[in-house]
Amino acid sequence: MKFVDEFRAPELISKTAQEIRRLADPQRHYRLMEVCGGHTHAIYRFGLKDLLPANIELIHGPGCPVCVLPMGRIDDGLSMTEQPEVIFTAFGDMMRVPGTHGSPLEYKARGADVRIVYSPSDALKLAQTNPDRHVMFFAIGFETTAPSTALTLMRARKLGLRNFSVFCNHVTIIPAIRAILDSPDMRLDAFIGPGHVSTVIGCRPYEWIARHEGKPIVVSGFEPLDMLESVVMLLRQLKEGRAEVENQYRRVVPWEGNHAALKAMAEVFQLRPYFEWRGMGFISQSALKIRDSYAEFDAEQRFHIPGIRVTDPKAAQCGEVLKGVLKPAQCKLFGKECTPENPVGALMVSSEGSCAAYYNYEHRKASLVTVGA
Amino acid sequence: MTATVPKIRFRDAQIEMAHGAGGKASRRLVEGLFVPLLCDVSPGALGDAAYVQMNGTRLAITTDSFVVKPLRFPGGSIGELAVNGTVNDLAVSGARAETLVVTFVLEAGLPTEILEFEVRAMAAAARRAGVVIAGGDTKVVEHGKADHMYISSCGIGRLIEGVQVSPQSVRRGDRVLLSGPIGDHGITILLARGELDMEAQICSDTRSVLPLVEAMAAAAPGAIHWMRDPTRGGVATSLNELARDCGLGICLAEEKIPIRDTVRGACELLGLEPMHIANEGQFLAVVAADAADAALDALQAAPGGEAAAIIGEVRAQPAGTVLVSTLYGGTRVIDMLVGDPLPRIC
Repeated sequence: MKFVDEFRAPELISKTAQEIRRLADPQRHYRLMEVCGGHTHAIYRFGLKDLLPANIELIHGPGCPVCVLPMGRIDDGLSMTEQPEVIFTAFGDMMRVPGTHGSPLEYKARGADVRIVYSPSDALKLAQTNPDRHVMFFAIGFETTAPSTALTLMRARKLGLRNFSVFCNHVTIIPAIRAILDSPDMRLDAFIGPGHVSTVIGCRPYEWIARHEGKPIVVSGFEPLDMLESVVMLLRQLKEGRAEVENQYRRVVPWEGNHAALKAMAEVFQLRPYFEWRGMGFISQSALKIRDSYAEFDAEQRFHIPGIRVTDPKAAQCGEVLKGVLKPAQCKLFGKECTPENPVGALMVSSEGSCAAYYNYEHRKASLVTVGA
Repeated sequence: MTATVPKIRFRDAQIEMAHGAGGKASRRLVEGLFVPLLCDVSPGALGDAAYVQMNGTRLAITTDSFVVKPLRFPGGSIGELAVNGTVNDLAVSGARAETLVVTFVLEAGLPTEILEFEVRAMAAAARRAGVVIAGGDTKVVEHGKADHMYISSCGIGRLIEGVQVSPQSVRRGDRVLLSGPIGDHGITILLARGELDMEAQICSDTRSVLPLVEAMAAAAPGAIHWMRDPTRGGVATSLNELARDCGLGICLAEEKIPIRDTVRGACELLGLEPMHIANEGQFLAVVAADAADAALDALQAAPGGEAAAIIGEVRAQPAGTVLVSTLYGGTRVIDMLVGDPLPRIC
């Protein structure tokens, strides 16, 4: 398969893995955080940890949009299904995320009109073909998906649609990274920067991490070779005592970002003063809301939203796992009360959640090492 | 007199789509509710068909229902699927389908033209598979209470000589064979629903696998230890069930698993795992190591078996688990499908 297999070529991968072993100082322990959930998924799916020396530790970051959403927002969104005219639409990732009274899929099983869409424009089409219903799109995602929501709202206005709205849960990546760096129990050497988000925001917004925090960051692609090359680039910086923003994913990520996408976001969204992140609490200016000029499409303004706040189950340590302080298997509920089938926290639901990735691809391998099969 | 009270372990409050998706929830429903109340078998013996003894003859019997949407899709339709699916359940249980009976559940308002098309498709598929449709039943439900039509079918077959399959026959060192490329059916259906703005040159793989099973059985008599057609839940779910039932580890080499570029591409784009995608014309077989090459040669020589491959082997460890090794030395566990395959967003 073109543009995929080139980045999975065994001989290149083994050469790059050798280079990592050559560069890594055996006396030193490296803690590298991959910010993006897509990277977490790739690390487990491709078994990349098996290729890294033991003293390179990958810490999973907060870049899984489904995982960072507090349960109250899910309850708020699902509360709209009580209106019989509402069709609740969301991406597939959202469908199994538990709210207080069940996930969107469970609401669907009980009779609510809940549908999976693959893009916000699919939800818009649904509104056009169902003029007597109201289609609400439950929008989630970082800057990766926010532009498509913005463009959809611009289109909805142009079409003069009266039966379409968005429940906006878009968040922004930079404040989350800042919160992690401000966290006192966090010691990190460097960052593997998010690839998809950077196709929109570019590399410039990360410069403060290098300049002021002194941490190297390499924006990375998602194929095995991309990620290993990014580790090489980080190790080189650490070895040479540099802290810079570097772009490994140049074939996709422009340094300055995507101007048209940023413009659409600026047209439709403004920053919320603060927003609650699961496990991380309120982070200021970390999320987007729909501008007043688009209020007619803002589900939060059109419907009565209860504004539910739910504290996470005490025993669940989603926050610690999200910040990378705990490994998934160190959470007390992991693999016991909390499994992909019966998830307590969203990290166990999304394929990009570190708990689900670890559970699906890794945890039973642990027995292998001791048995030595 | 004291009646034994069967122990129900199914605790889910309501039935959800996942209970029909062939993965973990399906297994929980079957083992936790149906088996304790209805069957007198151990959960480990739950294959694609049941075996019954009648007048000294051992027969295999199976039943299957078809609720596919849309009814017609590239490469097949619900009628053809109903015949092939039932024939295949028997084939992988080591039996040659002889007779089917079918039930139609029709929705009022269904155009006769659509029904006739499906009945013709069933007749053609039955002729190809050499099976007789001996009877049936019809029910009609109100408009809006079914997706056009559902078909349920029950098949009886005679055992193929030299084939006796069960998870308990599987041994360390046995090889895992796969009859051809995976994921064609599931991806075809996903695209045929028209909900994705994606098109691809791809067809369902629906067909009878009986000729392939018979060719392999003749080449490796007594050496086929287990078979399964990996429909819903895909290859990963079938092999995980085997791993749990036999208590051994299944180790696969990712690069050996046949898959078309179109299917791989669609899975990459949608974030789906090809090994969780449904198939309708493939089967998995676990064959004794010394007969594996002969079995593979026979499969590859049979029409439609050209892409068959040995994809892995049975090991003692990791017990009860399916492990996939990548081309460049990494490994990962692959579990059963949980819920429905849901595309991810980014």
